[in-house]
This record gives sequence, C-alpha cells and structure tokens, in this order.
Amino acid sequence: MGAENQINDTNATGALQEDKHAWPLWEVFVRSSRGLSHVHAGSLHAPDADMAVRNARDLYTRRNEGVSLWVVLSDNIIASDPRDKESFFESPKGKDYRHATYYTASEGVKHL
Amino acid sequence: MSTTAATPSTVADDEGRAAFDALIAADGRIEPRDWMPEDYRKTLIRQVSQHAHSEIIGMQPEANWITRAPSLKRKAILMAKVQDEAGHGLYLYSAAETLGATRDEMVEALIEGKAKYSSIFNYPTRSWADVGAIGWLVDGAAIANQVPLCRASYAPYGRAMVRICKEESFHQRQGFEILLTLANGTPEQKAMAQDAVNRFYAPALMMFGPPDDASPNSKQSMAWHIKRFSNDDLRQRFVGMIVEQVKVLGLTLPDPELRYDEETKQWIHQELDWVEFMDVIKGKGPCNAQRLERRRVAHEDGAWVREAAAEYARKQQLKLAEASGKAA
Repeated sequence: MGAENQINDTNATGALQEDKHAWPLWEVFVRSSRGLSHVHAGSLHAPDADMAVRNARDLYTRRNEGVSLWVVLSDNIIASDPRDKESFFESPKGKDYRHATYYTASEGVKHL
Repeated sequence: MSTTAATPSTVADDEGRAAFDALIAADGRIEPRDWMPEDYRKTLIRQVSQHAHSEIIGMQPEANWITRAPSLKRKAILMAKVQDEAGHGLYLYSAAETLGATRDEMVEALIEGKAKYSSIFNYPTRSWADVGAIGWLVDGAAIANQVPLCRASYAPYGRAMVRICKEESFHQRQGFEILLTLANGTPEQKAMAQDAVNRFYAPALMMFGPPDDASPNSKQSMAWHIKRFSNDDLRQRFVGMIVEQVKVLGLTLPDPELRYDEETKQWIHQELDWVEFMDVIKGKGPCNAQRLERRRVAHEDGAWVREAAAEYARKQQLKLAEASGKAA
C-alpha cells in the first residue's frame, strides 16, 4: 500500500474512518488553567457532542488537569500533509533575521 | 481505495522509507500519518492493543475487592485506581487506532479470546493483601516496563505512556501502603501480607517477558526504538528495587536463591517457570476463562446503552436538520 492511500483513508490523527454504526472519534483539547490555551490531550469515542464532553471529563481530567474542554469530531480536523514538511514549511528557513538573536551589534547595550 | 499493489515498491515508498530510517537513526518520533514499514505498524498494533487489553482485564482482579475493602477510604482509593485502569486502556486503544486498527476489531478480538494480554491478570486475588501486592509488585513491574516506553519511537504510544506513568505511581504507593499497614498489624495480617507477596513475586518477575535469548521479537523492537531495554535488563532493575523495598515492609521475597553477584553485577534469582508462563498466556491460567467471560458479559450487557445513545444522537441530528430546513 502506497503512502498516498494510507493518508487519504485516515483523518488528522491517523485513525481509519469509522463505519456508520460505531460511535465517531472525537479529539479532546484541555485548558489546564485560566489564561492558557487549550492543548490537545487525546481522543475518545462518543455518540454525540454532549457525551463527548462528559467522557472527556472522565477520561482526561480525573486529577484537576483542566478548567475547560473542547471536543471536535476528528473528521473535521483539516491537517497539513506530513510529506509537505520541506516545501510547505521551508520559507522561514534562511530568514534568521526574523529572530532577535540575528542582531548582535546591540550586545552589551542595556534594555535592548 | 485504489491500490497499486502490483508494484511492490513505489517512489513514495522509497522516499518514505528513507525518511523513516533517518528519523529512527536520529532518535526522532514517528507520527500517525508518516510513512512507516508495514512490519513496524503491525508490531505496534499488536503491542499497543495487547497493552490496552491488559489494562482493561487488569480492572477485574482488583475490582473483585471493591465491595469488601476494609474501610471507606480504601474503597474510594480502589475505585479510583480501577477507574484509572479503564482510562489507561482507553488511551492505549486510541493510540492503536491511529495505526489503523479499529476499536471494534480490538474489542472483538479480546472477547473472542484471539488477543493476548498480560499473563499476570489471570491469577486470582484471594485476600485483601493481594490488592496491596498487586499495587506494589504488579504496578511496580509495569512502571519499570512503561517508563522507557514513554520514549517509544511511535509518538502516540509514547504520549499515552507519559500520561499513564504519571498515574501509576499513585497505584504503586497505595499498594505498598496496604502491605505496610498489614505487615505492622496482627500476626495474622502480617502472614496475609507475606502470603500475597509469596504468590505474586514470581508472576511479577515474569511480566517482563521471556529471557532475552528466548525473545525473538525484542531485537527488532529495540532497533526500531519501540523497546529501549531488554526484558532481562528491566527485570534486573526491578529486582534491585524490590529487594530494598521489601525490607521496609518487614517481609521477605520468597526466593532462597536471590543474591547479588558482584562479579557479573547481576541479580541472581530463582529459575522462573516459563512453561507456566506460556500456558497462562495461551489461556490455561487459573482465571483466563473467568476474566474473558466477565468482559464478554459486561460488553453485551452494555450493548443497549451504546445503541440507545447512538440512536438518540441520530434523532437529535435529524431534529436539528429539520429545524434549520424550516428556518431557511
């Protein structure tokens, strides 16, 4: 099986598409405390969004790991192609001048 | 799906293999949609699903004592631990699904007795002290095994293991505390603790799998950076830890041959019964039939709940579609 087939038949997390009778797969994002972003924690199966949130609470926040949850159907995540690594993400390479560390003339100058 | 199986190796395959090999050589991580060799995928599906099954079946020996825990506190702790095991199973099933296995397939394979799981859970829990011995020895061995798996080359497996290892340390400490309490109790309680340690010692050592020279798949798993240490190395490390810990308990390990060999820097322990190990894995252990039957009944008893929830979700969606149709 070629790489292309594998990619076309799987969603962003690589899971195969589910058949119609099974509970769909959801991705879970947890905000660990106020002021921080939601971060991907894992995935789970649930029949609908309400149950997905409840299951996510039981599965991913048993020890106060979060103050807020997002769930999204795995199929609804659009991901970049892993084979694009080079062409898609190449433009920032060779553009060191986008980083503060590029500018060394100001070394030793205070508050700069 | 259009297959181009007639050409066994395509350009994409060659490029994929080169990228995979380079990542492994650089001790990098493989993500779900990366190209990977079929054998790597199969090996991981087998290992991760067996690991998930072990967590799910592992709920049973301890759940056996929830109704008879000696205090409300112990009961609450044990329920939390058994719930954690369910959670660990679910993290691992999700990780296996990223490799292309479906949840239904895996659940069915377990119930139909086609899948393997850790042999340790086919031993009975005869006394309350067994709950302590399982926490200390079985979860202890599991931690020794699982900590290096946090760095497994397959990233979703590693991420699941990080989450699991964080939770396991509570499991081991609560087991140790149960044994310590019993060991400092009445002579009968101390004898009960010793008896539990006596029964779980050898099966716990066998959890690391057969000796290195009899473990044919280990070499490839280590080359792929799935496994980081050999079965015997991990077993050695574990024995070194429990030899010290058992002293704090005031109990003994049931192994007259146990000693540290200064020359080879190795722990020498009694010969483990690998015939028994293989028998238990193959289904002839004391509790295999009971464990699988319990799992099957639980799955079948829950069928109406799963179906009702799916049907409710379907009807809600229909209602939503109708409402938005009217609005338009």
